[in-house]
Amino acid sequence: MIRAFVAVALVFLLTAALARAEPLTIKIGYVGRAEKKATISLLDYPPDNDGVAGTRLALDDNNTTGKFLNQHFLLEEVRVKDGTDPADVVLQLADRGISFFIMDLPADMLLKAAEAGRGRDLVFFNAGAIDDRLREEDCRADVIHTAPTRSMLADGLAQYLVFKRWLRWLLVAGSHETDKLFADALRRAAGRFGARIVEQRVFEDTGGARRTDSGLVQIQRQIPLFLQGAPAHDVVVAADESEVFASYLPYRTRDPRPVAGSAGLVPKSWDAAHDQWGANQLQNRFMQLFSRRMTALDIQAWSAARMIGEAAARVAAGDPQTIFAYLKGPDFALAAFKGQKLTLRDWNLQLRQPILLADGRTIVSVSPQEGFLHQFSELDTLGIDRPETKCRLK
Amino acid sequence: MKSNHLSTVMPALGKAMWRCVSAGICVTIAFAGDARAYKAYVSNEKSNTISIIDTAERKVVGTIKVGQRPRGIAITKDQKYVLVAVGDDDTIQMIDTTSNKVVDTLPSGPDPELFTDDPSGRLLYVANENNNTVTIIDIERRARLGDVEVGVEPEGMGLSPDGKILVNTSETTNMAHFIDTATRQIVANILVDARPRFAQFKDDGSELWVSSEIGGTVSVIDPVKRAVKRKINFTVPGMRQEAIQPVGIAITHDGKTGFVALGPANRIAVIDAATHQVQKFLLVGQRVWHMAFTPDEKYLLTTNGVSNDVSVIDVAALKVIDTIQVGELPWGIAISQR
Repeated sequence: MIRAFVAVALVFLLTAALARAEPLTIKIGYVGRAEKKATISLLDYPPDNDGVAGTRLALDDNNTTGKFLNQHFLLEEVRVKDGTDPADVVLQLADRGISFFIMDLPADMLLKAAEAGRGRDLVFFNAGAIDDRLREEDCRADVIHTAPTRSMLADGLAQYLVFKRWLRWLLVAGSHETDKLFADALRRAAGRFGARIVEQRVFEDTGGARRTDSGLVQIQRQIPLFLQGAPAHDVVVAADESEVFASYLPYRTRDPRPVAGSAGLVPKSWDAAHDQWGANQLQNRFMQLFSRRMTALDIQAWSAARMIGEAAARVAAGDPQTIFAYLKGPDFALAAFKGQKLTLRDWNLQLRQPILLADGRTIVSVSPQEGFLHQFSELDTLGIDRPETKCRLK
Repeated sequence: MKSNHLSTVMPALGKAMWRCVSAGICVTIAFAGDARAYKAYVSNEKSNTISIIDTAERKVVGTIKVGQRPRGIAITKDQKYVLVAVGDDDTIQMIDTTSNKVVDTLPSGPDPELFTDDPSGRLLYVANENNNTVTIIDIERRARLGDVEVGVEPEGMGLSPDGKILVNTSETTNMAHFIDTATRQIVANILVDARPRFAQFKDDGSELWVSSEIGGTVSVIDPVKRAVKRKINFTVPGMRQEAIQPVGIAITHDGKTGFVALGPANRIAVIDAATHQVQKFLLVGQRVWHMAFTPDEKYLLTTNGVSNDVSVIDVAALKVIDTIQVGELPWGIAISQR
């Protein structure tokens, strides 16, 4: 009788102990693209785990912190093909208890995915799409943007070119839609900060393989031919998100001029060469885990996952409402190895961030450049600012 | 002879001063009382050297070549060795203070950054930045005794005056971990503002100050209740808040005045340590991170990483009186007690 009593008591204590030890579990879904973009340079070819690796590193960091707070973070990864409807994927993940979604999808697919989640208290993080319209006319109250916008990237570059007094730009744009969008952003940046586009040329994509065995011999004649007869200029600015021509420009231009934009001096949210402000600690941790260097998509996804972790630590909760409220509140700030705290623009939920200018080997500069002033935050000299925004969050 | 008489009567005068007086050439060199000469050792993160400063002459009197990426620097209690963490070499080098040569290393664990020794001077507690651990070393036996798992990117190390609690701060986890030095277990974790860098107890153990570089504040923690009792904010007229990044902290022995290095704000904040009010800002060099008092607390020397120099502050007058050029990216500073 006593033995039975003792046995029951022991089971009771054991389950009670287990119940106390059970950590708060926070599940995150990563929804990425199935296809990878072809690039001109071998060095730019995106790795298979681009983006999700950054997420995993953040979860590692979150879980180290989580040990002290009895919180645990889990990740599920799904890939979707371009042009398909991601609604099913979102709903399936939501059914499995996932409330936080880190997305690397093209703009229209991102909007479809967020719409599928309406009414289910889901929080979406846009880690991949740089379209300004997602933060302007197409902004949504349930989407936080950790990726910079085209306008932020263009402004970051323009501020440096103006600092250098390289004010006359020969703008070369690709023929695809995204190339034109980047060219528009660069044009806006030039007007905003005092540069002058002396001429804009379009480089038509006529198809054909990017990598041919002896193509170099022809390219060094084609490029100067394409650029001849241009008005006097200080820099060749290239808008080529489609990876058709920009990487061929440096050292092949007709006149000896630096190249910037999609090649040469490139504006990005992160680069493997970034080592300032303690960044080499993050780069080391990433390298140890994944045996490769960190990309811009990696840091954008990392930022999203760290935002969730930081919020969960501060509010000691894991539900999306509490976490989202904290992220939108006045106390939220993210330390992201860029020398100052990153905060959210309250009008469109865009993460403010410095923009790195990389030449492929080092970080040449970081914008915003000194001297570009702002009433509230110098980071808001980059991109579309509050007084100009078309966004009405809904 | 006159000079001998002087040297026996006033042994406290620095050598340079004595020569000046006996030659009759120099007039009084701004006698701030007797300027006792201590040695300040400054780690130069980029040049991989240590600059030795004579605090009386206020100039560099020697340079020691060390390993890669020297940062945390301290002097053993017996004043025999300068210890410097050379992070990229994954070790702590021991420099003999008489010969100024590297004579040995300590098994610090990977990527040591900051460290502190215990009151007896026998043990060293080291933050291993890349590994999320604190390593404990027996200095005399040059042996690793064990480690404690902490948060992500540990850096700040503050030991309570009674030696019972070691506080380690982790930059990405944003916590101050309280470690019981007897059991080597973490007994409390306190969330602070973003990117804590430095932990400093008052000499009477009544308060623990923790700086948050990105958060822009210093948290004043009650070590008994183990809770933040108030936060010190900094506002410099005309300067954007993001540039105000508190890192190093020094508090006078009497617990009355605190000094906080504000990084790219290029200033030291002077704080009434009783009321926690900021009294004034002292303009020093660029990206000021760490500092140390001379043993008599007459001077406070600060390391200005981006301008590659050290500022000397007259503590009583609260004025910056000198700037000394050192190596590249000066990081830490330790001053001899003799």
